[in-house]
Amino acid sequence: MNMGIDFLILMKQEWAVIIILFILLFIKVSSKDQANEYILKLVNILLLLNVIAGFFGLKDGVLFNEMFKTNHLIVTEKNILSLGTYIIALQSYPWLKNNKHILEFYILLLTTLLGMFFMISAGNLLMFYLGLELSSIPLAALANFDLEKRKSSEAAFKFIISSAFSSGLLLLGISLVYGTTGTLTLSALSDHLYGSPLQIFAFILLISGFGFKISAVPFHLWTADVYEGSPVTVTSYLSVISKGSVIFVFMTVLYTAFKSYIITWYNILFVLSVLTMVVGNLFAIRQNNIKRFLAFSSIAQVGFILIGITGSSQAGSASVVYFVLIYTFSNLGAFGVVGLVSAISGRENIDDYKAFYKTNPVLSWVLAISLFSLAGIPPTAGFFGKFFLLMAGAGQGNYILITIAALNMVVSLYYYLKVVKAIFMDPNENPVKKLIVTPSPKLALFICVTGIVLTGIISYVYEYIYSMSIGI
Amino acid sequence: MIGTTLQLFFSLIILFAYWKERAAGNSSQFLFESDYSWFEPLHIHYHIGIDGISLSMILLTAFVVIAGVLVSWTQEVLNKEFFFLLLFLSAGAYGYFISLDLFTLFFFLELAVIPKFMLIGIWGSGKKEYSAMKLALMLMAGSALVFVGLLGLYFNTNLNGAHSFDLIRISQMHIDTSVQNVFFPFAFIGFGIFSALFPFHTWVPDGHSSAPTAASMFLAGISMKLGGYGCLRVATYLMPDAAHHYSPVIVLLSTIAIIYGAFVTMMQKDLKYINAYSSVSHCGFVLLGIGMLTQTSINGAVLQMVSHGLMTALFFAVIGMIYSRTHTRLTKQLGGLLKVLPFISTVFVIAGLCSLGLPGFSGFVAEVTVFVGSWENPDLWYRLATILACASIVVTAVYILRAAGTAVMGPITNNHYNHITDAAWNERLAAGILITGIVVIGVAPFWLFHLINPGTEYIIQHLGKALALK
Repeated sequence: MNMGIDFLILMKQEWAVIIILFILLFIKVSSKDQANEYILKLVNILLLLNVIAGFFGLKDGVLFNEMFKTNHLIVTEKNILSLGTYIIALQSYPWLKNNKHILEFYILLLTTLLGMFFMISAGNLLMFYLGLELSSIPLAALANFDLEKRKSSEAAFKFIISSAFSSGLLLLGISLVYGTTGTLTLSALSDHLYGSPLQIFAFILLISGFGFKISAVPFHLWTADVYEGSPVTVTSYLSVISKGSVIFVFMTVLYTAFKSYIITWYNILFVLSVLTMVVGNLFAIRQNNIKRFLAFSSIAQVGFILIGITGSSQAGSASVVYFVLIYTFSNLGAFGVVGLVSAISGRENIDDYKAFYKTNPVLSWVLAISLFSLAGIPPTAGFFGKFFLLMAGAGQGNYILITIAALNMVVSLYYYLKVVKAIFMDPNENPVKKLIVTPSPKLALFICVTGIVLTGIISYVYEYIYSMSIGI
Repeated sequence: MIGTTLQLFFSLIILFAYWKERAAGNSSQFLFESDYSWFEPLHIHYHIGIDGISLSMILLTAFVVIAGVLVSWTQEVLNKEFFFLLLFLSAGAYGYFISLDLFTLFFFLELAVIPKFMLIGIWGSGKKEYSAMKLALMLMAGSALVFVGLLGLYFNTNLNGAHSFDLIRISQMHIDTSVQNVFFPFAFIGFGIFSALFPFHTWVPDGHSSAPTAASMFLAGISMKLGGYGCLRVATYLMPDAAHHYSPVIVLLSTIAIIYGAFVTMMQKDLKYINAYSSVSHCGFVLLGIGMLTQTSINGAVLQMVSHGLMTALFFAVIGMIYSRTHTRLTKQLGGLLKVLPFISTVFVIAGLCSLGLPGFSGFVAEVTVFVGSWENPDLWYRLATILACASIVVTAVYILRAAGTAVMGPITNNHYNHITDAAWNERLAAGILITGIVVIGVAPFWLFHLINPGTEYIIQHLGKALALK
């Protein structure tokens, strides 16, 4: 076997991102005054190529002594992330058009993406930690990208502190795991874990670290402030791409390394998911800032994803990946409209959306469809996503959890409908003016809506993901 | 408009095709079945087909939707969206009635919730946002319970090691009685919320009275039937052991709904509230018929669904017509309408008489069938419930006659009424279509009865088997 070619093909997505990074660095260094428009277009085209390239040359394999592993499912997960990043790049067009630091923005963004790719592909806890840090430190810089806004730096500061803290927990957990088992390779770990108190302690530390990263209750306290302070583009990146990638890894780690602890983590996830859904929903009801509102609603979504993880079957892991794909479309659709409104008119409260339908009918429908998808209303894809998540969870026979989740869907519907009500039904003296949408955010919203409508009804997507998924 | 005419046309075609097939001796349970694999790994299929029960529901939907579109002919505000949502809603209802796969069924059930929210919230009147929200949340809670019930069924089916959502397959296997007893309440209460099961009926009056005319017609006429149909087709048919087990409770709740609904109606002053509460009472008959578990009573329940659907749609249409002319729905402020609005008032009286069960209209046929079927149950408890339910008809007569008397008869109370005009062509046509349905069923119920009977026979066989196993 030719090691060199393997090396290129197995890591093709990482190579693609690295190449784009180098192109951008080269432009940054070589020319003094760049025309923003061209750069934005170039970046968008490069990212599109990145997404398309992801679908070719699928191959399973491991590299570097199981440090790096890849298979069809992992490639698909990375494709979902690349697609999300592409949509976000399209959406940030009106916001970045007049920004001086446009290249830095994309360099940071792609560095985090690269980190996430390494994290997902990690076959070793050390590699995972490396990828995680590579992805979270540039994110803090991104959160601070509204350079003039004080809230933005506050958000960045909160983010860096909480992520450093959670990384600390993870690192302690990882070192304890190493101390008690003598290995960090995920596939070998399960044979060495036999449930000694120190191992359980390490396991709890790991779960807490992951809990911070995916903002599960009670580790969610940083989320709302960071989401509110960051620029909308970064918020959507945080809530979709960054969260999605950690969820993928979380699932892999639980399913491979800790599969002998299934009873322990089933109970932990049960408690976590109930808390996450209930608290996320209850807080979301009371929000008036739409970014905070989406932040809490995305916390509640994590609760549902955790139910899918508890399924621990092939259907379970398929439903999680499938849901993250749908969640990418729905959340980016909602954030896309919010970002446009915020970039052009500077308004971010739910009250500002009153009578939005009178002035912007198309954007209103896009927002409404995205919110319906988040709420899980057919025929949007969100319905199928939630249905399969809960179905996978029900496979374990715990109907208490499913009933709680189903009733939580009703609560979540209440606050999504509140926004819909503001858009369509409430009168307003001073609604948001008619927005002129440039082609690239339009394309982004188009992709989102198409995704929301089609990924559900066309069952092929689910079947494709299912065929690659692996349970315990 | 073209769309709804087509709908009616197609459902009539299906009706004739159905008759032809049955006449040709095709005795399989469902006709025109088609089955496509949808989510293969989870054994979810897009499986559709009809039997007599679903066909009668489809016909009902077609009648009510076309009448609803005719009534809102002069709709002006955002009319494209209005008709889009209305058709979306009817698509949900059709899909629901033809589904033979529980996943598809649930998909269409939820599909029909949000359009209702939008219709009431945007075009409604009164405290519309409150009502729309209440309706959407209560119906979603209902479907959440249904969801748990369906998942419970799914994971307890065993088809060579795989699970199935297929209605026919589930009906052929025997699910453990203890499992049935756990999940039957979920499914029945969930569907029951759609059908105004006591004490979950509170969305009905608010939702109906705030909705625009066409939406009220749809809500009361079809949407509440989704629940009744689900109780019958999913809960009772698939979990017969549990149906026997819980039957006294169902009978108790539905009797309460019938009597409570009737007495509350007596106290109402607003015409829409009168009809909404009387719908609670009338849908109680549907659930009573299902809860009695005899073939005649279940036939009666289906007849009552069709009859109530047509009758209440007619009622709401007439109330909408009256309101658009007089700008009030309070019975006290109306009066002497027969003199100025002869056509509308006559239709109003016809709807009222049908509602109180006058022979010759569909209401009589349906209610009598339910009572006869209920009386077949020899148990004292059921007898008592039947007697009480029968007695409620007197109360119905009181409120209907009183409403008709004050609103339509008597002297003209407001001089302004002298200048209003009678029904326009579209309103006459809508009323005509619905009245035709009511009278045809009332005078010649046998054709509908023959349509329904084969469908209910399967359910009864199933229930009988369950009883024998006991």
